[in-house]
Amino acid sequence: MVEFCGLELGNPVINASGTFDAIAARKVYGDALLEDFPFSAFVSKTITLEPRVGNEPQRIWETPAGMINSIGLPNKGLEGFVEHDLPQLGELPVPLIVSVMATAHEDFARMVSALDEREEVAALELNVSCPNVHSGLIVGEQPSETLALLEALRPLTRKPLIVKLTPNVADPASVAVAAEEGGADAVSLINTVKAAAIDPATGASGIGVGQGGLSGPAIRPIAVGQVRAVAAAVGLPVVGMGGVCNGADAAEMLAAGATLVAVGTESFRDPRAGSRVAAELSETFEQSS
Amino acid sequence: MENPRAPWGRRPAAVLANRASGGYRLFSLLDEDGPEPAAGQFYMLATEAHWEQRGGRPFLPRAFSVAEATTGSRSSLVGQSATNSERTAVRLDFLIEAIGPGTERLCHLEEGERVWLNGPLGNGFSLPRELSDSAAGAILVGGGIGIAPLAIWRKRLAARNVPTRVLLGFRDEAHSGGLDDLFACCEVALASDDGHIGHRGYVTDLLDVMLAGDDARSAAVYACGPPPMLAAVAALCSERGIVHELAMESPMGCGYGACYGCAVPAPDGDGYIRLCVDGPVVRGG
Repeated sequence: MVEFCGLELGNPVINASGTFDAIAARKVYGDALLEDFPFSAFVSKTITLEPRVGNEPQRIWETPAGMINSIGLPNKGLEGFVEHDLPQLGELPVPLIVSVMATAHEDFARMVSALDEREEVAALELNVSCPNVHSGLIVGEQPSETLALLEALRPLTRKPLIVKLTPNVADPASVAVAAEEGGADAVSLINTVKAAAIDPATGASGIGVGQGGLSGPAIRPIAVGQVRAVAAAVGLPVVGMGGVCNGADAAEMLAAGATLVAVGTESFRDPRAGSRVAAELSETFEQSS
Repeated sequence: MENPRAPWGRRPAAVLANRASGGYRLFSLLDEDGPEPAAGQFYMLATEAHWEQRGGRPFLPRAFSVAEATTGSRSSLVGQSATNSERTAVRLDFLIEAIGPGTERLCHLEEGERVWLNGPLGNGFSLPRELSDSAAGAILVGGGIGIAPLAIWRKRLAARNVPTRVLLGFRDEAHSGGLDDLFACCEVALASDDGHIGHRGYVTDLLDVMLAGDDARSAAVYACGPPPMLAAVAALCSERGIVHELAMESPMGCGYGACYGCAVPAPDGDGYIRLCVDGPVVRGG
């Protein structure tokens, strides 16, 4: 068992937001998914206040040992999520962490307040890789913006608040420190690394909207470096992610200072990657002890 | 038609055969744990060994529609003599053309090698009667490697005594194959861009002529092929009010609704659908 923000988790492996749709997976694989759920907690895809259809195709582009994505956060909006998705996610056999994003403090506040009332929700993850419409600055790229957001949201809920950090900054530790100062309960990192690709056949962007975020084993050393720097700078638990494919990768993330490890892109290749990584990690520990 | 459900997760499957079929390759896998798929369903495939062999690519698994599925005793499928404790298995046949790092790796599969298999996934074809009360027969329109799902669909329709006509088109001889292996013993009208076989021109030329006939209104059209061909088929059918289903393709990262990468515009015009869970067979308007 692992303790994380007051939650008792069966193992240290959860999923990265936006890389596993438990509702779609249950439709595809049936209740076998619930009997052998691959993660010890489930992080939802990011929801926004209003519905979003997502970005125009092409949305994904394979790269060496990874992929670029620009999905555009398609979701049903807060109301649609609470009405349609939350009851289904409440049936999962593990604690639910809901990822939220907004471009204004007021919208963030409405979502946090609404989800605070729902007992299905164990914790909230704040996706701050978005601009603040009032300042034009990416919240997660500025310690001051991150601090201001946490100060606005912290009084609204007693549920754990996890801040998802972007790697696209010179000093992620300074943003993590600001999140801690603002009252965050944990930080998670890394989000995808800003990237682009050109289609050799056409000379045009491989991604419809021009650029996206890189994920997969290609970014794992970046993730390990940033997790290590952040874990050294804050007293908060850290969820480490970025290219984790197996138990050895997860062990490295824990050694870098993470409390939990999240599996993301690897689930695309192996739907039960979370269970496999947790089992391999446990073997690694048994061998070393 | 019902869409059989995939076992949870991916599983290894042994390669039974891999051989040339015209300009394409036809390979067979032994699926010891999955159900027999519906025509039009697909599998995510990646080799167990040496997948990321070329500069870290291929990385993601690749989606392939099944071209033929045969359920039988395990020993009969692998060509061994029967044993007492006989298990059933499914032989899955896939048609493939080397166009990138993933398909190139799969073209070099060797007998006995293992492939990660995830599926059957997605929605297969519907019977003509399920599309329209007045639809009694089927017209299958395939282009290039897109003939694969129509091969298994033709056999399923024949087993149900649904009158079926088959129109297939290819670019040129190098980019054609599968005919003798997948469409033997059935009448096929052919077209090719370079005229090396059949009508010189597009397979949709053949469809246009066929749909002008008297009995076309009682048919349902099923198509799989390159996007311009599918657009032409949809236009020909729509202007004549003929029900149709298109087996579509888009870049898929996962095949089970996780990555949201395979989005295509929704047929009703409202946002996007994920082809892996809302397709790959999509009903035309």
